[in-house]
Amino acid sequence: MLSPYLGRRLALIPLTLLGVSAIVFVLARVIPGDPAQLAAGEQATPEMVEQFRREYRLDRPIWVQYGAFLAGLVRGDLGKSMFTGRPVRDDLEAYLPATLELTAVGITIAMVVGVPGGVMSALYRNRWPDQLTRGVALTGVSFPVFWLAMMLQLLLAVSLDVLPIGGRFPASLKGPHMVTGFYTIDFALMGDGEGVLIALRHLLLPAMCLAVGAVASITRITRTSVLDVLGRDYVRTGRAMGFPEPIVIGKYVLKNAFIGTLTMIGVALTYMLAGSVLVESVFDWPGIGLYAFKSIIQLDFQPIAAFTVLVGVMVALVNLGVDILYGVFDPRIRRPR
Amino acid sequence: MSAPGAVTLVAPELGSRRRSRAWRRLVRGPLAILSLLVLAALLVAAAAGPLLAPHPEDSEGAIHPDVRLQPPSWAHPFGTDELGRDVLSRVLMGARISLTVGVIVLVIGVTLGTVLGAVAGFAGGRTGEAIMRFTDIVITIPELILALAITAALGRSLPNTMLAIGLVRWPIYCRLVQAQVAGLTHEPFVEAAIAAGARPGRVLFRQILPNCVSPVIVRASLDMGLAILTAAALGFLGLGAQEPTPEWGAMVSNARKTFPAAWWSATFPGLAIFATVFAFNVLGDGLRDALDPRTRDA
Repeated sequence: MLSPYLGRRLALIPLTLLGVSAIVFVLARVIPGDPAQLAAGEQATPEMVEQFRREYRLDRPIWVQYGAFLAGLVRGDLGKSMFTGRPVRDDLEAYLPATLELTAVGITIAMVVGVPGGVMSALYRNRWPDQLTRGVALTGVSFPVFWLAMMLQLLLAVSLDVLPIGGRFPASLKGPHMVTGFYTIDFALMGDGEGVLIALRHLLLPAMCLAVGAVASITRITRTSVLDVLGRDYVRTGRAMGFPEPIVIGKYVLKNAFIGTLTMIGVALTYMLAGSVLVESVFDWPGIGLYAFKSIIQLDFQPIAAFTVLVGVMVALVNLGVDILYGVFDPRIRRPR
Repeated sequence: MSAPGAVTLVAPELGSRRRSRAWRRLVRGPLAILSLLVLAALLVAAAAGPLLAPHPEDSEGAIHPDVRLQPPSWAHPFGTDELGRDVLSRVLMGARISLTVGVIVLVIGVTLGTVLGAVAGFAGGRTGEAIMRFTDIVITIPELILALAITAALGRSLPNTMLAIGLVRWPIYCRLVQAQVAGLTHEPFVEAAIAAGARPGRVLFRQILPNCVSPVIVRASLDMGLAILTAAALGFLGLGAQEPTPEWGAMVSNARKTFPAAWWSATFPGLAIFATVFAFNVLGDGLRDALDPRTRDA
């Protein structure tokens, strides 16, 4: 039933990625400075710099580099990082789980706080819970995430010492046996409850920082959606027919209002991907955000290109997921037209 | 809920009365007053920074190693940074930069977006489709990341940052304007104007675009805060203004070296960013509630 719709969406993904990667590569044409020289280091002789240049194909015209990039993409080869010396693909594989875990916890916090907050805000419209929630939401979107991260570090990690200042896990302790790359899951699989708790403690602060903006937007959209649905005829009818209020809210209002919220959750996820670059750098979190950050500082181009494409893929997947969930929540979409 | 592209035509004779009612609603409430005060302070700081700052030379390259990392005191209300520069002065001088960045980013974004959106909406057909597909592609990537890549490619400087963020913002306005223009293009009054012999360009300019102004203004005022935040983030990543320019995001980034011991050099610039963005958001929200009839329920 969903197939033609989904199929079209799936087909759009490679096209979008093509466009995205093209944009990134076109920009590369204008890079000032000589990345090969930077990478080879100050001690390098001209011969070494040249060899570097040849190895990373920096001596070829930009469209040859792009062609090579695309060909590599199809093969699964994303080039080599000039600074780690490793294939970018290996780097990304190593760093991705950390970011995914952080984002997962972040979006969970955002949903758990945002959705009930928005509902409550709508139900108590214009009374104090509403004013408070809207005020908090407005504040939430106004924070520079990197500054908030540092302030929370200062308050919670340094002054009050309730949470760790950064990193994914204490360096002195042994990490879990890696299955998924998610410390929480892997420790749980090992039956190591204490490990899970330690990992969660380290996750809390960075995830909270990521979640702040998302909480704000999810709260607002949930409030608007619920308010909108509350005004609909079928809700009035349900109440007039004497259905208990919790049933009206739970069954009719929430399910219909959730579509708007779902869209916003998708949007929030993409913003978290961007935010991860900032949050991970403050908390020294070994994820793709930090990797991208370091690559940018050093003008290491292959990782930057790969990172952008990866983000594009992830965004596309999120959008796809949201579209599929639309079908779950709104039967009208499921039926073929 | 009315369709997102639904058009609100403004009858001219009701305009001024609506506007004064809107203004009164806008400035009601302590939050709005507070925000107006913050923005007034920002404007004053931007305009008269060098006159107000106790140590304006600290933003132009002067360093005072003998007073480095002093905590807040009467001499230095915001303390001094790792080079002995007065943080208060630098924050005040930074106001001008943040405001300029916000304005320029919006000008680039709105102009580009409006032009493309108007063309797409008015012309429709293949051209319109092509423009909107391109818009979709650009919107896909989170703004910060695209702006990041663009700035990295163009080189680290403030103008490049502004250009990059502007280039990333235009799709929003493009979609907005396109929806409005496309909706209006098939209205009877447009067809009548064209039938009467008016050139399409003139119709577009005189009849259609004025009706798009309101949503664009609302959106732009909401966006100001976001533009400043993105610029600050790029500054934090080292991609914006370079030393010794006192850009707030860059100041927070520099303060990381002496964080958390010298907490003041990170706290105050960041607080400035927050206060500014918050004020713009409150006013943008207020503006939207006042001007946009669809959201006036609350």
